[in-house]
This record gives sequence, C-alpha cells and structure tokens, in this order.
Amino acid sequence: MPDSRFKILTSASTAGPGDAGRTGSWRVERPVIDYSRCTPAKLGKHACHLCWLYCPDRTISKDIEPQIDLEYCKGCGICAEECPTRAIRMVAEEEFAKGDGHE
Amino acid sequence: MSNQRIDSGNNAAALAVQLCDVDVVAAYPITPQTPLTEKLSELIAAGEMDAEYVAVESEHSAMGVCIGAASAGARAFTATSSNGLLYMSEQLHWAAGARLPLVMCIANRGIGAPWSVWNDHQDAMSQRDTGWIQLFAKDHQEIVDLTIKAFRLAELVHIPVMVNYDGYYLSHTYMPFELPAAAAVKEFLPPYAYLHTLDPQQPESLNSVTLPDARQDVHGVTQGGYMDIRHNLHLEMRQAMEVLQEIDAAYQQAFGRGGVPLLDPYRCDDADFVVVAMGSLANQLRDVIDQLRAADNLKVGVLALQIYRPFPTAQLAAALQGAKGVMVFEKGLSYGNQGALYADLKSALYPYPARPQLHNFILGLGGREIRTADLSQTLKTACLQPAQSLPEQTDTPHWMGLQL
Amino acid sequence: MNTGIKTTVLNLTEEEFVYPGNRACAGCTLSLLYRIGTKALGRDCIFVVPPSCLTVMQGLYPVAASQLPIFNGTFASTAAIATGVRAAMKQRGLKTQVVAWAGDGGTADIGIQALSGALERQEDIIYICYDNEAYMNTGVQRSGTTPQGSLTTNTPYSGKKENSKNVPAIVAAHNPAYVATCSASYPLDFHDKLLKAKEIRGFKYFHIQTPCPPGWGCEERMTVKIGKAAVDCGLSDLYEIENGRKTLSEPSRKLLDPAKMKPLDDYLKMQVRFKSLSAEQVAAMQARIDEKWQAYRREFGQAVGNNSGVFNGEDV
Repeated sequence: MPDSRFKILTSASTAGPGDAGRTGSWRVERPVIDYSRCTPAKLGKHACHLCWLYCPDRTISKDIEPQIDLEYCKGCGICAEECPTRAIRMVAEEEFAKGDGHE
Repeated sequence: MSNQRIDSGNNAAALAVQLCDVDVVAAYPITPQTPLTEKLSELIAAGEMDAEYVAVESEHSAMGVCIGAASAGARAFTATSSNGLLYMSEQLHWAAGARLPLVMCIANRGIGAPWSVWNDHQDAMSQRDTGWIQLFAKDHQEIVDLTIKAFRLAELVHIPVMVNYDGYYLSHTYMPFELPAAAAVKEFLPPYAYLHTLDPQQPESLNSVTLPDARQDVHGVTQGGYMDIRHNLHLEMRQAMEVLQEIDAAYQQAFGRGGVPLLDPYRCDDADFVVVAMGSLANQLRDVIDQLRAADNLKVGVLALQIYRPFPTAQLAAALQGAKGVMVFEKGLSYGNQGALYADLKSALYPYPARPQLHNFILGLGGREIRTADLSQTLKTACLQPAQSLPEQTDTPHWMGLQL
Repeated sequence: MNTGIKTTVLNLTEEEFVYPGNRACAGCTLSLLYRIGTKALGRDCIFVVPPSCLTVMQGLYPVAASQLPIFNGTFASTAAIATGVRAAMKQRGLKTQVVAWAGDGGTADIGIQALSGALERQEDIIYICYDNEAYMNTGVQRSGTTPQGSLTTNTPYSGKKENSKNVPAIVAAHNPAYVATCSASYPLDFHDKLLKAKEIRGFKYFHIQTPCPPGWGCEERMTVKIGKAAVDCGLSDLYEIENGRKTLSEPSRKLLDPAKMKPLDDYLKMQVRFKSLSAEQVAAMQARIDEKWQAYRREFGQAVGNNSGVFNGEDV
C-alpha cells in the first residue's frame, strides 16, 4: 500500500445517476402510455415489456403498468416505435410546460 | 547467504527482477535489451520464477499489459530501449497519470533516424517529462540494487520508476556483483498493492475523461480536475526523493550497500572543478579525475547523478556552491538548445549565490567512443580556460569526439 | 445455439448495471447493448475501454454511470490492457471475467495490432466490438468498417470509396475459441451469446452492428428498426463460429428462405448517410449480399417457412 504521507490523486470514479445532469431536460417530446392499449396493463399480468427491454436508458420500469422516469428519459421514442400495440405516443414537451410550469 | 556473480548487466537486471516476486512480465525484444527478456523467459520457463511472460506484439502493448496487470493487482515489469521506449511513450504518460507502481529497465540506446543500436541517453532524456522517476545505474551492482529499490519506491509513492543502464557498456559487459538473498529481498519488498485495484467488490472507473474544473462526486465531495491531479503527481514526485533516501537507508541496513541515493560524489570535497555526469560515464570519469589530480595537480572531482527525475535541485545546487567551474558531460541533448542535464543544472543553481563557470559537453551519441584520454584533455582545457570567456561561448554546448 | 434456456423479455433479469442520466445520445443503441450485455455478464467483471462513445457514456470523473470496475486506457491498446488484467487475474487465482468493449476504430483500425496479438496468444477474454461504422465519438469520420458509399465528415460528398473491412473474418482467421456477430436490435441474441461465451475458455470475439442516430442520419426512435432492417436484408448476418464451424443465428436463419429476404434499399433509404449512393453502387451492394446468401444456402440448405421464434409478431 502507498505511503500514508501521499495523497495519490488520480481519476477514479464511483457510480451514480445523473452524470450528465437531469437528462430529462434533453427531451423535445416525452412518451405517454395509454394503459388501455398496453398489453400487461390490459391483461393485469406480466407480458410484452418490450418498452422496458428496448429503452437504452432504463427509464421504463418492468411493472404491469410501466412507469417512465421523467427525470432521465431522453425522449428518444424507441419505446413508442417498438410498442406492438402502439400504446405509447410521443407528445411535445410544450404540452406539459403549459400545465404545471415544472419543465 | 548472499551470492557473488560475474554476469552481464542485462542478466543482473533479470536476476534482480527474479528476486522481486514479479507476477507479470511483458516485453518486446529490442537491441540491446534483448538478452534481459530472454533471461526472464528462461527463468520463467524453467520454473525458477513464478510469473507469466506475455510475448507481446509491440512495446506499446508491452506497457499496455503492464498497465492492465498493475491496475488489477499484479506486480508487473517490462524493459526496452531507444525506439521501443518511444513507441510506448503515450503509455508512460498514462501510467504516471494513473499513479501506477510500475518498474521498467532501459538499456539506453540512441534513437533513430538514422538507426543506431549503440549507447547514448537520448531515449531516457526524451521521456523526462512523462512523470516517471528516472534512476541511472553506473555499474552492474547498481543495476541490481536500484531495480530492487525501484519496486519499493514505486509502490510506496505510486509513481512508476525507470532504471536506466547504458546499452552495451553495461548491458553486455561482465562485471562482478553481489545478488542479495531471495528471502531478504522478499522481506524488503512489501506485498504489491495498488490503491485503486480493479475490483468487482469495490467498482471504480479509472482514468475516465476528467474535466478542467473540480467537480462533486456521487457523495457530494469535491474532487479535483485534471490540473489538480497533475499537480499532485508533480508534488509527490518531488516528495519521492525523500522516500528514496529512506529506502536507501533501509537497503543499506539490510544489504550493506548504499548511502548515495541522489548524488554520488568522487573526490568532490576540495574540488575547484566538478564534473557532472550520469551512468557508466560517471565511473569512467573517476579515472580521469585521478589522472588530472596526479599529473596536473588539478583539484577536480566527479559528481554522479543517481536520479534525474525528480531532479535533485537543492542537493545538486548545495554540492556545487564551492566549485569554481562545473562541467556537464552528457550523452544527449535538447535539440535546438543545449544538453538537458546542463540546462536543468544551470536552472538549479540560479537561485543560489554561487556562480561557477558552467560548461556543457555533448559526447558519445550513437555509441561514439569516449576515450579516457580525450575526456582528460577536454576537462583539463576547460579547467584552465580563462574566466573571462564570453557567456555565450561557454553556454553553447561543446561537442566532443566529432569526426567530420 | 444456446446452451441453456433461451432468454426472453419475461425472464431477462431486472437487475440494472448502469445508471440513467448518462451522456449517451438519445436513442443510442450502444447504450442498449451495454445495458443488456451487462445483464448477461453480471458483476464479476472488469471492463477495459479505449477512447470511444463508451468512454463518455460511462461517465466523467468523478462520476461513473456504470456500476462495474472499468479501466479506461489508450486508444491502440485495449486488447493489450485486457491481456494484462487477465494475467493479473490468473496470477491472483481469480475467475473475474475480463471484457474489452471497443468501437470499430479501437478494434479494427488503431486497435488492430493489439487485437491481433491478443488473438494470437489466445487470451482468455471477451472482446466486444460495437460497430457504429465510423469514428462517431470524434464526430463521424470514416473508419475501416464504414460501408462503401457512406457519407461521413471526411467523405462528405460522394461517400466512402472503399468497401468495408470484414472484421469478423479477420478475427476468425486467428482461430479464436468463439466468434459471434450480433445486432444491437437483437439484444437478447447478444445476451445469450454472452452467457455462452462466459463458459468458454480462450478468446471470445463479438462484432455488433450498432446503429447511431446522429452518425447514420436517422430519427432516434428508428434505431432498433434500422438494425433489424440490416439483418432482414441479409447485409448484417448474425452467426457464431466455434471450432471452425459457422452457424447462423436465429434472426438471420430465416433468410435461408429467399422469400424472406427484404431488399437492401429498404435499409439504405432509412439513413441520410446513404443518400449519395448511385443506383449502380446499390446494385453492386445488393449483388454482394445475394452472392453471400447463395453461398449460405448452399452450405446450410434452403429453408422455406422457417420458424424464427416469434413473440407478438416481433423478433427480439
């Protein structure tokens, strides 16, 4: 082990979310799930989950009613494109900015 | 218990490495280092050394393997010369910035173009800014002792260490030396441990992109940016000289040799003129000193630099305060300016009151023969030179031994 | 093909090995690959990564987006560094899996010397090349794997003149223990090939076509579809090579039935990078694909109506 008088600074990083900050701010549009079309939600049991699979950023949960982490969802739209029942629409962020002023 | 041998400098290095419980050796052959790698291959293949020899496909990869091994908790070693050292140059910077405890031997050789296989110091000097500690051995005994000390130094201060010895003059000649007992070396070197060992139990991402500015980590603690990390390397490199002195003292205690970790003076106490050099040339100069003292009554001495980086600024300046003249003989230079050692020495003296007359001699490039008689003549002339020479004339390097 | 139970969306582990909020582009399929690949590899791994998109994705000091131990090293030496880590594991008696993740540049161009050396030494590592077909991290310059005709920043008008290198073939010529080609659009295929590779000793090489929205000129939401289009037209053939024997993987096997092959043009027109291809160039590319698949049909037989493991009408 090194001599205790030495600090030995070097680039060694530990893991955590948000390295790029709140990547939800990248979004121009956000995914919105229509649970009446969503297969697991409709069936009330685990099924499909392709949106969970294909999300590059793991911001969709594998729940029977999938939840989207808007803090980090980058709005790529792959989930909407891959959903076999077209249960996910991409909606412009502006639509939500008007509502609650949080964006 | 200890072991007197007569063997080559390359083998001395290999035998020292064998004693140091190295786990991974990765090396690419290059003249004049090659016999060192062959010896290590033999020792490992014969089961006399418990290590893995990785037959890499280049020097850049040799250092790559060492970097990977050292980061993952294994003591690693490589050796090279000349263009091989240059080929791995970016890796040297990487190892230093990553604070990896690596040791490498260099059998010093001139750099192409044009091709030369013979000795000079340009290879080591070209890497003086990488952040590696650079030590210079004057004989085979020092090759052994410095290599062993290098492992302990590198691992204590987490800065890689380069042990230099002259190609052919030392690598291929035979000299007697004592090989310490294996058990004693094992005791002298603590087990290898890297501060940021790659470990699935404690995962870290090493050496990723680092911003110019300091930034908070996941625990909200501010960590330095690139410049802070690099500053720390420099500071701790300076501090490493103190640690080397401590290691040297411990080595002397354990093995009975040492005492001159930074500078090795010969007949300098009353010297009016001090010659400064590194490597085997410093030993050759001792004969010159003896001759000039005997025949010409000149009060001359030679001061060998055992360490070039970090530069022993204060110690060197102190040692030269009493000298009327200082002659720096070196086997390399910073093209377009002067000898690198000369410039460093001059800079070291600058804050101090003494202003000895300084001379820079470039010699021995590409293995150009260095005759003791020529050294003697050159040194004598420099000693007897009038003190009123124009500064420009004495600050320009003199080339000894040109043939055109 | 797979040694155990085939992984599906339903039985794929929910455990995650990366954090969200990282610097990968929106829609980056490398991000997808890494996420699913780490599920197969697990935590007892050490990664070695050269400068590349992955370097940036994994985080900037002092924050890491990946939860695994990673060594970031110089560009040309990924396979050499991985060798060193592997040697350390061996000396220390540890079974931790050493995995190199490099892009096409770090594998087949600047990285090829170290790769070839490590292959020749039969290093016991997994080497994953994510091929987004250009130097994407530095802004879309052409690489050795950039397809012919592709527009890049240094082939900006008429596209790359030369044909791309066949990197899996170069690797296979070294006779490693395992070679696999994959697609980011078939992450479960990649996942199961990794599970298999973990049990094999020797050099395991993965070459994965990795669609890149900014580099290829397509909408972010289309990147999975594009990767599938590449497979469906036979351009990107998914296979494994073990003991010198090649076997086609499920997503590609259906193309043994010529009726199942989609036209190359369906794939090309999805991407701006191919917009300068002439009809002659496209025809030449199509001819190369047809020739390749004629050879496959001679070797593996021509299958009609092949069942390719369908789920909800989508292959995963």
